[in-house]
Amino acid sequence: MRGIRNRLFAPLAMGLAVAACSGPTGDGNRQSSAATASTPGGSFRLVDTKGRSVTDQTLKGKPTAMFFGFTRCPDVCPTTMNRMALLHRKLGTEGNKLNIVFVSVDPEHDKREDIASFLSMFDAPVIGLTGEPAELDKMTKAYKVYIEKVPLPNGDYTIDHTARILLFDRNGGFVETMDSHAPEPEALGQLQQLIRG
Amino acid sequence: MRIPHSFLAAAALLAGGWALPHAPAAAQQARKGTILISQAWSRATAPRAQVGAGFLTIRNTDARPDRLLSASSPRAAKVEIHTMSMDGGVMRMRPLPDGLEIPARSVATLAPGGNHLMLIGLKAPLKQGDLVPATLRFARAGTIQVQLAVAAPGAPAPSGSGGHQ
Repeated sequence: MRGIRNRLFAPLAMGLAVAACSGPTGDGNRQSSAATASTPGGSFRLVDTKGRSVTDQTLKGKPTAMFFGFTRCPDVCPTTMNRMALLHRKLGTEGNKLNIVFVSVDPEHDKREDIASFLSMFDAPVIGLTGEPAELDKMTKAYKVYIEKVPLPNGDYTIDHTARILLFDRNGGFVETMDSHAPEPEALGQLQQLIRG
Repeated sequence: MRIPHSFLAAAALLAGGWALPHAPAAAQQARKGTILISQAWSRATAPRAQVGAGFLTIRNTDARPDRLLSASSPRAAKVEIHTMSMDGGVMRMRPLPDGLEIPARSVATLAPGGNHLMLIGLKAPLKQGDLVPATLRFARAGTIQVQLAVAAPGAPAPSGSGGHQ
């Protein structure tokens, strides 16, 4: 289907390359990273908003749509979760055959209660995850999600982060990424294909 | 042109903010001098949220540029002007400390996926249907009061705009 996997995967890999540079924002120091061998995914151990342990094994059996964000992200995160809730509704009964996961990349601020509060705004059964900073760091690297905490002049900070949704099959194998603002029929088709896959 | 507009703006301020009678309910508008604000809106925030976003369209009909210098709202400890960009799938957000230029005879849009107001230190969550007062300060036009119409959580566009999918 239009080679979407390669087209969308490249930016993820690029994000990782930028992260490895540890430069400030580095618009000028993009690097080619065509040599990325491994695909996103792997084991992790986090907790959901009720404090229950969730691992990659927990999610197996159903395909998963996973988004990394933070609750103080004012635009992309709420619009993406709103979009996921809409897609979940459009999937109808098939929607129950899909894990929708939100992983907070802001463990310093986002407590389980904050994530629960954030997700309570969206009418979908989203699994909200957080964990130890070291574990989150390990996971985002393995999942090739670009995360950079950026101090702001007001003393606060923001987090640059990959804003694409990662899609995994029922065995936890990476399938492709989804643009959170792709046209609705396209996004719905991607999820249906993932579920029926 | 200038005098009637200033007069109207003053009248609007006295009236405590206004919406043009012909505008859709959610399209909050305000005018002062050669600056016209429209589509002022925000999104409902989570019960524990401390930040919210504000969006609006700024039309400058003057032959000279103007600049949105700062903003404030009684609903937030402070309001900043931020830019947001998507770069290779990575979302980056930064404050614009010098504000936002509105070039001569043009329109600047603060909209999802780009520039926005960042309401920081919310005193209470923003609820769908609320009108959130905000004061915009322009280099030339001075202060303009607007009301941000609060849409649904995560809404991609203001309520009633037809943009909701």
